[in-house]
Amino acid sequence: MKPAPFRYADPGSVAEALEVLAGEEGAKVLAGGQSLLPLLSMRLAAPAVLVDLNRVPGLDAVEVTEDGVRVGALVRHAELLAHAGAARVQPLLTRATANVAHPAIRNRGTTVGSIAHADPSGEMTAVLALTGGSVTVAEPSGERTVGWRDLFVGPLETSLPAAAVVTAAAFPALPPRSGTAFAEVSRRRGDYAVCGAGVVVTLDGDRRVAAARASYVSVGPVPAVHDLTGAVAGSPVEDADWAAAGALARTLVDPDGDLHASADYRRLLVGVLTERTLASAAAEAAAKATAA
Amino acid sequence: MTTKLFGEPVRRREDARLVTGRGRYLDDIGAGALAAAFVRSPHAHARVLDVDVDAALDVEGLVAIYTYEDLTGPLAEPLPVLIPHPQLHAPRTGHPLANGEVNHVGEPVVMVVATDRYVAEDAAERIAVTYEELPAVVGVDAAREARASVHAEIPDNVAAVHHQETGDVEEALRGSSRTLSFTQYVERSACMPLEGKGVHARWDADDSSLRVHTSTQASTSVRAAIAAKLQLPLDQVEVVAPDVGGGFGVKIVHPWPEELLVPMAAIALGREVKWTEDRREHFISSAHERQQRQEIRVGFDDDGRLTALDVHIWHDNGAYTPYGIIVPIVTATQLVGPYVVPTYRVRVESVYTNTVIVTPYRGAGRPQGCFAMERTMDRIADALGLDRAVVRERNLIRPDQFPYDHHLTFQDGRPVIYDSGDYPGLLGKLTALVGWSAAGELRAAAAERGKLLGIGMALYVEGTGPGPYEGGHVQVLGSGKVLVSTGLTSQGQGHETVFAQIVASELGVPIDDVEVTTGDTRRFGYAVGTFASRAAVMSGNAVALAARGVREKALRIAAEVLEAEPDDLEIEDGLVQVRGTPGTSIPLRTVAVLSNPLRYAFDEAAKQATQFATHDDSKPPVAPGDAPGLEHREYFSPLRSTFASGAHAAVVEVDPQTWEIDVVTYAVVHDCGNVVNPMIVEGQVHGGVAQGVGGALYERMAYDADGQLQNASFMDFLMPYASEVPDVVIDHQQTPSPLNPLGIKGAGEAGVIPGSAALASAIEDAVGRRITSMPISPTELYDLVRDPGAERTAASARRAGAPA
Repeated sequence: MKPAPFRYADPGSVAEALEVLAGEEGAKVLAGGQSLLPLLSMRLAAPAVLVDLNRVPGLDAVEVTEDGVRVGALVRHAELLAHAGAARVQPLLTRATANVAHPAIRNRGTTVGSIAHADPSGEMTAVLALTGGSVTVAEPSGERTVGWRDLFVGPLETSLPAAAVVTAAAFPALPPRSGTAFAEVSRRRGDYAVCGAGVVVTLDGDRRVAAARASYVSVGPVPAVHDLTGAVAGSPVEDADWAAAGALARTLVDPDGDLHASADYRRLLVGVLTERTLASAAAEAAAKATAA
Repeated sequence: MTTKLFGEPVRRREDARLVTGRGRYLDDIGAGALAAAFVRSPHAHARVLDVDVDAALDVEGLVAIYTYEDLTGPLAEPLPVLIPHPQLHAPRTGHPLANGEVNHVGEPVVMVVATDRYVAEDAAERIAVTYEELPAVVGVDAAREARASVHAEIPDNVAAVHHQETGDVEEALRGSSRTLSFTQYVERSACMPLEGKGVHARWDADDSSLRVHTSTQASTSVRAAIAAKLQLPLDQVEVVAPDVGGGFGVKIVHPWPEELLVPMAAIALGREVKWTEDRREHFISSAHERQQRQEIRVGFDDDGRLTALDVHIWHDNGAYTPYGIIVPIVTATQLVGPYVVPTYRVRVESVYTNTVIVTPYRGAGRPQGCFAMERTMDRIADALGLDRAVVRERNLIRPDQFPYDHHLTFQDGRPVIYDSGDYPGLLGKLTALVGWSAAGELRAAAAERGKLLGIGMALYVEGTGPGPYEGGHVQVLGSGKVLVSTGLTSQGQGHETVFAQIVASELGVPIDDVEVTTGDTRRFGYAVGTFASRAAVMSGNAVALAARGVREKALRIAAEVLEAEPDDLEIEDGLVQVRGTPGTSIPLRTVAVLSNPLRYAFDEAAKQATQFATHDDSKPPVAPGDAPGLEHREYFSPLRSTFASGAHAAVVEVDPQTWEIDVVTYAVVHDCGNVVNPMIVEGQVHGGVAQGVGGALYERMAYDADGQLQNASFMDFLMPYASEVPDVVIDHQQTPSPLNPLGIKGAGEAGVIPGSAALASAIEDAVGRRITSMPISPTELYDLVRDPGAERTAASARRAGAPA
């Protein structure tokens, strides 16, 4: 379990990093390394060059505005988890990040890195989708914004070319009269979720359910957002049939089975977690509506 | 009294060193050594047609490549069958490097030696081995069906049929008023020490001597094996077990191929060579345990008393049988537990599969035996509508029945005769500790919270401390230091502490003056090893006897100096004194100096022992039959194993929506005879329970039909974290063993044994469906509860029918 030989690049700017990435076949970006380094050690990946972003200045900020949260490429999970401003504007960020692995991994791993890794069992890919987020991508030709739908192509696969660095991820703010919740079932605390669910519930001015959306972890090859509003639309928040929304969710997903869970069991969990998280998110939304 | 430490919760002396990074594990040794890496079989069963090393030859830093063709003499022969047995009719072992055929994924085929491990792996990756795949036999049922065979000349895949019986079981079953028969399974798991195996070897060409460090549980026997296989005189081989980061059984197996090949390369190359096993290697090329299919027939009367028990087990022994049939024998003989079994027959068919070898893992067949017997007790209770504790109580061996002879033969070839115990006492303490009689109220309270609560229990008896022997050496130096050594090895159990406690107590010296060395053949050449919960029993008693020998000699020498009778002397806090006469004393360190008459004074202490300082012209300086020095060596060899016992109970809550299983209470009553250090015993119980819970709810070796291990990493092999291990409440009982001077029984494995049985019982109680296979995960529990064919327990039907 020792990596195959690779060269190591230590750029001082994004432009330098792009130069290496454009000039070298099989170059790979390194940020927190929590997914990449085990793959190298097991020789499941053998990039010719590692382009380490850690000394590139300007990528380590969490920027919060009333419109949303922008997370730089070198922001560690632990930093985002502890960020009060981010939690206020988009509570899903901290709620999901709390489920990312263990403290040691959160101290080193990056939020943007886990999104660029495009692992369907990652929490932050689901949150990017659920919040309608996007990433900022630097390429030799310039910078562009890529929405989450255009980013994820398959498991561990994005639409980005080899010569690209994801410099930030942007998560829009939670809309008014809305509540969120995030929950997972995992075999051991901190493990990849067997199934996870993040939800947003939005009420109308009369405390009726206006929208209910969910995104799941470890369900399907790429992140998806499921609109469950149909099961509960117009219901007064206290009377909404969250079980019906859970049942609807079960019909919308197509999970795979693996060593730790059958496809059927995952579908069961989608229903249970949907019902539980929607109820919790709705209660939060209702409390806000009452306070307002 | 400061020196009477036996039985006290003395803090572990080794911990400060180990937890602050000052341990010396295998990989801490030989920083500049060449590194070995292995090309291992990617196939479960294949012929090796060709090994092409050409592409590796230009890797910079490559030093040597070895294949089977490079092995000579005894090294080219199959590895030893360590524990032969007449019922092991078709033993098979591998070669250090594959000789034409591989029988499991991970079997070593080529060894590469290079300047470091990175380079060695680079070269290994370039070696092209051509295989012709053969059909793979995976799992105990496939082995039993024998549509393919692991070893061509053993078409039925049966390595051994172990068979014991105490009477005519068929007749006893026919005469039983009630009978049940059922089949159940236990899955594979593994020891998983955090430090894998590892070997470092250094050859001194001038001295023609070999020093090997290996992460082993049996350094003396590794030494003998290396000497035999490499054809070296025994006195030119030293083997040292440094700090060992856990063993749990896997490191009692020896010689591992690497323990022979690394020294071979060190000699051939005249360089230090080291191999440190990585985690993937550990998963696919060390050892596993536990998979069995159990077919059970039981007869009992209307009160639930056993009349007959017939058990037929198929035991998956993996690709080879280097450790003989120890695990099958242990299952067969420990299955009967604390119960009177009037007529018992057991047959264990040990079968080959194309998977990693099966050798003892903490518990060593006992968890499966306990699972068989305790689940039988649960079935009897369910069939008769009796409380599970009541059925057990009615079958227990009574305290006045000891010594109790089961008329079986144990793993050491000696009779299974329980030396002492109080099983009703255990059961009484357990039901009180866990609140067994209040389970109904707990169940109702959990139901209010939307949870299904269940409670289960399991009892066991564990043969511990088998022979043949261990030895101890105790020496008092002129500085007052007391050196203690024993040949068996330590893997973190706390031997430095408990052996020091024993010697300090026996000798009457402060524990801080006692230094303990284990597992170093330079210090102690005769030993068996650390397994079967035997270290405290065997070496504990040996060092106690050695300390008594030192004490006797010290009193004899001191008596002359103090002009007193030895019987009137005592040793307290390192001072030999006349009992009841304060001031008339001599430090033990001075006695040590005087015990060695000297010609030359090399320090102040030595002056006291020189020829002009001591004088009794009527006697020679060293009396006939005596020896210089204040030291003594003694061996302890017991008549047979001593039998520890215990009882566990678990309360679980199951979420009926997600089928997650939460162990909310785990209670243990433990009896290992006289306790040397209760804190260390509790630590052993905690660690055992963690592995028991792991084996019951998390761990399994997920082989696919082709023999590929699907979860060979800590990401997918779910060893429980601290967050998954329940808090454990412990109560103790002490029934001393009459078989050894200290009255102690082993404690190392106890905690793991009843885990699967107790948790299966509790989950079954919670969900009302029969649990016939362990481990069980939430996804499997979901499958079980929605399976219309799944058997419902009678208890759940009664409960459902009961008025609310």
